[in-house]
Amino acid sequence: MAGYTENELAKDLADKEYQYGFISEIDSDVVPAGLNEQVIHLISAKKNEPAWLLDYRLKAFEVWKTMTEPEWAHVAYQKPDFQAISYYAAPKQTKKFESWDEVDPEMKETMAKLGISLEEQQRLTGVAVDFVMDSVSVGTSFKAKLAELGIIFCSFSEAVQEHPALVKQYLGTVVPTTDNFYAALNSAVFSDGSFCYIPKGVRCPMELSTYFRINAGGTGQFERTLVIADESSYVSYLEGCTAPQRDENQLHAAVVELIALNKAEIKYSTVQNWYPGDKEGKGGIFNFVTKRGLCEAHAKISWTQVETGSAVTWKYPSCILKGDYSVGEFFSVAVTNNYQQADTGTKMIHLGKHTKSTIISKGISAGHSQNSYRGLVQIHKQADHARNFSQCDSLLMGSICGAHTFPYIECKNASAQIEHEATTSKIGEDQLFYCQQRGISEEKAISLIVNGYCKEVLNQLPMEFAVEAQKLLSISLEGSVG
Amino acid sequence: MLKITDLHASINGTEILKGLSLEIKAGEIHAIMGPNGAGKSTLASVLAGKEDYEVTSGTITFEDQDLLEMSIEERAREGVFLAFQYPVEIPGVSNVNFLKTAINEIREHKGIPALSAKDFLRLVKEKSALVDLDASLASRAVNEGFSGGEKKRNEIFQMAMLEPKLAVLDETDSGLDIDALRIVARGVNTLKSANNATLVITHYQRLLDHIIPDFVHVLYDGKIVKTGGKELALALEEKGYDWIKSAE
Ligand SMILES: Nc1ncnc2c1ncn2[C@@H]1O[C@H](COP(=O)(O)OP(=O)(O)OP(=O)(O)O)[C@@H](O)[C@H]1O
Ligand SMILES: [Mg+2]
Repeated sequence: MAGYTENELAKDLADKEYQYGFISEIDSDVVPAGLNEQVIHLISAKKNEPAWLLDYRLKAFEVWKTMTEPEWAHVAYQKPDFQAISYYAAPKQTKKFESWDEVDPEMKETMAKLGISLEEQQRLTGVAVDFVMDSVSVGTSFKAKLAELGIIFCSFSEAVQEHPALVKQYLGTVVPTTDNFYAALNSAVFSDGSFCYIPKGVRCPMELSTYFRINAGGTGQFERTLVIADESSYVSYLEGCTAPQRDENQLHAAVVELIALNKAEIKYSTVQNWYPGDKEGKGGIFNFVTKRGLCEAHAKISWTQVETGSAVTWKYPSCILKGDYSVGEFFSVAVTNNYQQADTGTKMIHLGKHTKSTIISKGISAGHSQNSYRGLVQIHKQADHARNFSQCDSLLMGSICGAHTFPYIECKNASAQIEHEATTSKIGEDQLFYCQQRGISEEKAISLIVNGYCKEVLNQLPMEFAVEAQKLLSISLEGSVG
Repeated sequence: MLKITDLHASINGTEILKGLSLEIKAGEIHAIMGPNGAGKSTLASVLAGKEDYEVTSGTITFEDQDLLEMSIEERAREGVFLAFQYPVEIPGVSNVNFLKTAINEIREHKGIPALSAKDFLRLVKEKSALVDLDASLASRAVNEGFSGGEKKRNEIFQMAMLEPKLAVLDETDSGLDIDALRIVARGVNTLKSANNATLVITHYQRLLDHIIPDFVHVLYDGKIVKTGGKELALALEEKGYDWIKSAE
């Protein structure tokens, strides 16, 4: 019986402005703006990377130069000027910390403002947090405990130094550099991110969690995440983010690759709360992310996402169901308000026999926003007895917002079973009146109704994350009715 | 407690209430009867503050306050409760969560601290027993998939949880089987005190066998055209409304 709207939520609701909109004053080591081969050499050298990785970056850059930005997403925005962005910013203090006492107090304060004091997180929730501030990971906890089980959970840069063979074997195998414009850009200039490896037969005993945060002004952030679950292993991975309030648009183009080997399972949950721009649509983060997972036989990958932030979101966490009997799931809540635009969905690529996928998408639009679901279910010729179930629901608040659904189905095997359901509803005046008649304020009523509407997806999230997600939904829909 | 004077209200430009006056004192039970379309639910909605209705003239005072100046939730928090003729479904929101939110909003309004989870659960147990509401219904989503009778019983359960000063029951008896009718009546009677009042809207005299009204009013064409005691309900049952119409 989790309470959706407790007193603490009431306080959050009273606090109208974007609560994480502050800028911390840590010295950043910023590479001059612009993108060329020299910059890539510089990034690679700063990170002390092996030659093969520099090579990988340069090849990606060559490919990127020949590509053009995708136009087909149902979004309109001022395209970023790629030469005006600085491609690397690391907090100056990059030495490794032995204990959290050594961490810059201001950085700790930043984390406290985010409500994710590491000590608390560690002690109370048993979550190992790898906090990424700008582009360099500043500390990884619980490492020792994880190491006992042979689990590797560290920053991407560290993995390059400590586990180069694993990185080299899997990097770019799910999202090739040629995949799309933003993936190519990321492959050329990625700064840092997270790396995770779960050995054969190991069940990771805690949720692995990374908090991302864009900090230095004008710095695009290009994380790279690689999660490898070896045969018969299990891991639940959490990614959450917030960003400081800014006047100019900031670009974010991450790449996440998941690899689930035979019988492995990966649960990947995201709560995305980047600055969406102000009420007029000014400022805000551009979020162009490529997330994809590969399932070998009997493996399972679940993506769960709650998207409330960003000015423009373009994101399709996908599953390649390569192995027979593999399973892909996608649970999504995308909220847009004011002038936000979201074009999100998933791709389920069925290659193996008896593969199964489930898609549950809940879109909520308010204000002048546009919210699109774009999903592809592809059943290949050899994928006998593949099954898909898709459900795409849209909830409209007010009459000037838009909800769009673009389900694409490509089926090349007659034994496939595909079901698709879609609904569009308006938040009911009757429901609001009913709540208000019981003494519940309109804002809180909306939050209750919306959380109820998203319950199937929120239920997929780990407990603490679900609570956070519920708050975010309420905050991002404030003032959207009436 | 409640004083309605010469109330005129319309919806989409059509006048529905045409000079209605009614006074209810603490400790009283009033019944309103009247033909379909007379304006009974309209009166309930106007009391609750539904925005679709425009009050063109007249006054409503509730506990010495101008009710018409208050928002929907303020009225509710001050103790006006409406048991809906057609209770609304809210998918995904459990009854208990809904009520916990409501109770704590009301308590906050009154400046009393929120109910602890333990006390809240104790209250749920006590009040659901009062209306014989199955424990599983309390934890299910608000009215979702409830049978007609279960929805009505759930309204009384909510009333018992919120303990309003003025409860307006809009045809809570319709669709109830004999046992459920008794249970609902028992709920209303148990909650009755010298400090609260109930306005029962009904078509059937049988409810009034269980909830004994102090006054029975006939609402016809937007006005109260006749007021009497319990015996008026019996007369109506026997003779129908034509008798009132022709007497007018
Ligand atoms: N949105 C509306 N537009 C126009 N007329 C309306 C609207 N809503 C209600 N009415 C009319 O108002 C009148 C009173 O309706 P109301 O629901 O108050 O009747 P009632 O006395 O509760 O009837 P019943 O016994 O059938 O429940 C009816 O004639 C109805 O058609
Ligand atoms: Mg009615």
